[in-house]
Amino acid sequence: MGFYLAQLLTGLANASSLFLIASGLSIIFGVTRIVNFAHGSFYMLGAYLAYTLVTTLQGGIPGYWFSVLAAAVLVGGIGLVVELTILRRIYRAPELFQLVATFGVVLIVQDATLAIWGAEDLLGPRAPGLDRAVRLMGEPIPEYDLALIAIGPAVLAAIWLVFHRTRWGVLVRAATQDREMVGALGVNQAWLFSAAFVLGSALAGLGGALQIPREAVSLQMDLSIIGEAFVVVVIGGMGSVTGAFVAAVLISVLNAFAILIFPQVSIVLPFVVMAAVLIVRPYGLFGRPGSEHGGAEEPEQPLRLLDQRSTMVLLALVAMLAFSPAVVSDFTTILLVDVMVATLFAVSLHFMMGIGGMVSFGHAAYFGVGAYAAAMAVKMLGWGMLPAMALGPVAAALAALFFGWFCVRLSGVYLAMLTMAAAQILWGVTFQWQEVTGGDDGILGVWPAEWAKSDRVYFYLALVLCLGGIWLLRRVAHSPFGYTLRGVRDSRIRAEAIGIDTRFHQWMGFTLAGTLAGLAGVVFVFSKGSVFPDALSIGHSIDGLIMVLLGGIHALAGPVYGAMAMVLIEDWVSRLDYWRFIFGGIILTVVLLAPDGIAGGVRRLIQLVRRDAA
Amino acid sequence: MLEIDGLTARYGRAQILNGVSLTLGDNEVVALLGRNGAGKSTTMKSVMGLVRQTGGSIRHGGQEIRGRASHTICRAGIGYVPEDRRIFGELTVEENLEVGRRPAREGAPQWTTEHLFQLFPNLAERRRNLGKQLSGGEQQMLTIARTLMGNPSLVLLDEPSEGIAPVIVEQMANVISELKREGLSVLISEQNLHFAREVSDRAYIIEKGTMRYEGKFSDLDANPEISTKYLAV
Repeated sequence: MGFYLAQLLTGLANASSLFLIASGLSIIFGVTRIVNFAHGSFYMLGAYLAYTLVTTLQGGIPGYWFSVLAAAVLVGGIGLVVELTILRRIYRAPELFQLVATFGVVLIVQDATLAIWGAEDLLGPRAPGLDRAVRLMGEPIPEYDLALIAIGPAVLAAIWLVFHRTRWGVLVRAATQDREMVGALGVNQAWLFSAAFVLGSALAGLGGALQIPREAVSLQMDLSIIGEAFVVVVIGGMGSVTGAFVAAVLISVLNAFAILIFPQVSIVLPFVVMAAVLIVRPYGLFGRPGSEHGGAEEPEQPLRLLDQRSTMVLLALVAMLAFSPAVVSDFTTILLVDVMVATLFAVSLHFMMGIGGMVSFGHAAYFGVGAYAAAMAVKMLGWGMLPAMALGPVAAALAALFFGWFCVRLSGVYLAMLTMAAAQILWGVTFQWQEVTGGDDGILGVWPAEWAKSDRVYFYLALVLCLGGIWLLRRVAHSPFGYTLRGVRDSRIRAEAIGIDTRFHQWMGFTLAGTLAGLAGVVFVFSKGSVFPDALSIGHSIDGLIMVLLGGIHALAGPVYGAMAMVLIEDWVSRLDYWRFIFGGIILTVVLLAPDGIAGGVRRLIQLVRRDAA
Repeated sequence: MLEIDGLTARYGRAQILNGVSLTLGDNEVVALLGRNGAGKSTTMKSVMGLVRQTGGSIRHGGQEIRGRASHTICRAGIGYVPEDRRIFGELTVEENLEVGRRPAREGAPQWTTEHLFQLFPNLAERRRNLGKQLSGGEQQMLTIARTLMGNPSLVLLDEPSEGIAPVIVEQMANVISELKREGLSVLISEQNLHFAREVSDRAYIIEKGTMRYEGKFSDLDANPEISTKYLAV
């Protein structure tokens, strides 16, 4: 009995930590609609700052708690700087574009932290006065855990009071429902957003600072927490602080007991719970459908077919690409295959997001399923390259058909989160099912058939498959099916009203996008000769998102620009020290210079040049 | 009080206003009539800075306000009551009013919660209810009260009689007369000619983003072909 009580209390203590970070994320999303990937970075900074303050101040009990609060305040200040210098400039950009900027911040914070605190994990001191364990029913319970269990509800109560008893809190809750109307009633939204962002960041910082007696402070803290924090926010309902609390308790307590029965489950459990909750309650436990008066979105422009001149230019570029192996080095040829794989992956994601209106945070799942299916066919079934290549997209299609059926029941960020859950579940299975997938070691030695062994031959094979896939998606975007998808994207209600089965069409769009991501995975696996669980990871899904959003979601050429830029820049900077810092800086520069993405920026540049010439 | 001159506005590529001009005097109630989609709401949203205007001018008390952020327009004394009400459903009636509260402004009547509860007795009874629990008519009352909390000197009322019961429409007419008595200027957009006639001094008729008529209701009644041409459904 005592043992179960100890498990429960550990679960509750974890819940408090998780709640602190998730509540901040939820507040930021509720008010600004920003999906803030940098939230994990704020959490990490809170831990590092608290570590430095506690170890330099050495002030006993008051010193410890002062350090924790000071770290939270400092992180709030950092949040303010990020909001004022970056996010404030891009609130009017297309939905989710801000996500790219926050990802740039993640990269910069990672390297800045590395530069300041070094790569070693730092072991923080115990909290003075709370450094022992008390015995409850015979089991030792750390005093600090008990303190955390009390802090979580206390913070919840404080936030509740601020939100219900202060004018600022009332304005924040109003803005969560209808920001534009709050502005029309005379409230300066810009400062409301800044304040919400500062509060959210400070809560993340507090969460991190309180963590130092419990775990080593490390550079992995940011990304290890962010997935789980999103899960908690989504289960609770985005924008609901109470929801975040309930969800944090639910996840942490379930986890504390589930690991007793099935230890491997903890990686995927939060995502399974999220998937289950979203299927029953599409807006989370305490969430509500978002207002239609969210941002100042410009309506989508119709896609145009290429005019004759653009077609000629495009054909010339493809011809140049086709002849390139004759002139460039083998290394460049291999790099070009990488570019083509990334482009097909990005174009397939763009088809889903830009044409289908379904944002995915887990598109890498289908890329990975394609790659793994082909690799397993070769290694376990002894298939040849071509049949294995055919199997990959089919397997990806089946996976997309299965998960897509659930996903298309939701919309917006909730749909995106369910795609992430699906990807994370597949990643967890791949990572832990050692006997079949090789687990962390991946599958090695998946080489092309004898005739396709040379880099050049494989280049042409990749060229045919990738360009073929891109052409197909472009063709479909301009087909009646593509029109229908765009119609559903622009207005589901109107599309329903003219007799379109919107879910079915989205489901098919989802599946097609997944199939072609699988094709990209197949080309990828035979060019690298191996595949690891990374291929399905959230990180890879985010790469795809960055390519699509940075390229420009409103243009068909966007993902092509985005993928080229991403692969080439990454290939260049990743050889440098502090490459994340540079890469993050480049991302932020593009974001600030071209809030409509590279494609929009290029279009404006061309217009500018033409006007000057005229 | 308000002078709109040659205003053009668009949603994406669709041009909605093609040069709208309109003036509104101090303490005057003017009706903006037109069919669905004629540009009434867009005109109001343009004044409020909620849609992108492409040209023309909007002057308020002699000051150009076109292109300014909507919260500064509100602070200059223009209150906006949207046609779809846009009540904060998760906030109580009192909290909805709190969102609209602004400091007193010279030359404009000052409203308090208690004064507004006298004007809208139904709201007083429901002050602790959530916005989403109110009936359509009560929500319409709340959205007007919320705007008045900002102590405006000019109110833009977008289709106040739309979708509410006839009894409440009658109450609404009384409220508008009360606003005029308090010294406010009101621009009211309507499809309901009867209601508009009851509360307004003058009328404009807008069609396809262009003003087609300006004048008194008596002239409009003397020339029924005008209303037939621009207003009949």
